[in-house]
Amino acid sequence: MPEKTPPAQKDSVNEYEREPVPEKAWKGPSSFWGMYAGEHTAGTEFMLGPLFIAWGANPVDMLLGLLCGDILAVLTWRFLTAPIATGIRITLYYKLEKICGRRLVTLYNFANGVLFCFLAGAMVTVSATAVGVPFSGVKMPTFSDMLPTGLAWCVIVLLLGFAQTIVAVKGYSFVARVGHLSAPWMLLVFVACGLTTLPKLQSHDLAQIWTGTALHGGSSLGFWGFVFFAWLCNAAMHLGMADLSILRYARKASAGWASSAGMFLGHYIAWICASLLFALELQLHGKGASNAPGPMVYAATGWAGLACVVIAGWTTANPTIYRAGLAFQGVAPKMSRSTGTYIAGAVATLAGLFPAVAMKLLDFVGIYGTVLAPVGAIIVVDHYLARRFGLTQNWAEKTGASFNVAVLLAWILPLLPFAYLYWYRNIFPSYLTIPVWVSCGILYILSAKVFCRAPATNPAIP
Amino acid sequence: MTTLARNLALAALALTVVPSALFAFGALGDTPMKVAMMAGAVLWFAASPFWLKGGKE
Repeated sequence: MPEKTPPAQKDSVNEYEREPVPEKAWKGPSSFWGMYAGEHTAGTEFMLGPLFIAWGANPVDMLLGLLCGDILAVLTWRFLTAPIATGIRITLYYKLEKICGRRLVTLYNFANGVLFCFLAGAMVTVSATAVGVPFSGVKMPTFSDMLPTGLAWCVIVLLLGFAQTIVAVKGYSFVARVGHLSAPWMLLVFVACGLTTLPKLQSHDLAQIWTGTALHGGSSLGFWGFVFFAWLCNAAMHLGMADLSILRYARKASAGWASSAGMFLGHYIAWICASLLFALELQLHGKGASNAPGPMVYAATGWAGLACVVIAGWTTANPTIYRAGLAFQGVAPKMSRSTGTYIAGAVATLAGLFPAVAMKLLDFVGIYGTVLAPVGAIIVVDHYLARRFGLTQNWAEKTGASFNVAVLLAWILPLLPFAYLYWYRNIFPSYLTIPVWVSCGILYILSAKVFCRAPATNPAIP
Repeated sequence: MTTLARNLALAALALTVVPSALFAFGALGDTPMKVAMMAGAVLWFAASPFWLKGGKE
């Protein structure tokens, strides 16, 4: 059914898009535990586990680093995101609009939409590795494959991308339901992958599983790499405040502890189990081993595992394409949601053709967080520090401005050295997320002093 | 109905993970383990919709 009405208008009452969530709609903590567990046990986990090994994980760095990073992520959700969410009870988009005006939110929407497309593309790639297993003519991508591996690969990706886009346009609620239902089962398939791989390993010496040697030369990730990656791979959600949209429904800020379900099940157990799959491949086939999730999971757990990879990739890609479509619609409000979703699906499918996106997922996730998280620093400043520094809270709302130059400068300027350090100095992007986030906050305080003049008293606005 | 669905769904989860644990300890072969896991998957998606609510967006 084509969607003509922008969701922001259609759902304005039920979803509280432009008003604080009223007390009657608040939810207890149990609503959030399952949601976080499901959201963070997804298709990306099948790629990230093997990538850790490719980046030279050693046992102590990986097991301890991930644990520390996950703890830091949970603490960030609990003590930064959740208190603000339960304090203001509005979405990130609405809060941003209040601070920086509608036109600048459009820019954020565009960046968000583009990054969502590439994330969805990586998940199309993951699903394609599973769909391709029964077909002997499909060459599975390896770490060194940046381009499509052949015609058969392209056909599978295009068909999958097309199907996922159509579902995102017409039948998204069904996939959301499947994703919700499959979460507990999917986690156990991850565990089963780990368990079935253990007896097949040629060596159970931890140093032979996580060897600490990067596959294609270069430096390995190291303890701090794991800490920062695990902490900040969801930086857009916690530091970047995207999860205001979820946690605004929480009765108390303590609902932020629910993120620990996602971190310790999805970002610890599932990552470790997925990495074991690739450790086995490496022991069997050496450096030429493929990290394509489909064949690895099929070898470990059979058709059930294959179904899990398809469902995991599909249920991650579909909402991502849907959200990217909404983001594009936010950029061009006259465009229908369907058109926005078709554009997002087309970009995601094209991205999915190139295994480079999935193979560079560690980098991509770091870039994603670093680009989007800084707007969260602006919200933190507005929420906690504005009065102390004499700034006007919700400046755009109070002045009627549609574009806050101070926010633009604070967001973009720290990203310039980030881009330089990442592309020209090969700094791991997750190392740069915190410096960029802090710089953005400080710059916003300074630039708001210069560019955001206090509004004339408007009795209509309290 | 919900109780039956819940019990079947829990059995499905057990079918998903217990065979792999048995395989890890050498108490079950590769093929029976994979068949049991597939049965667990089918059973889970047949029973869990009658037990778990939510997930519609």
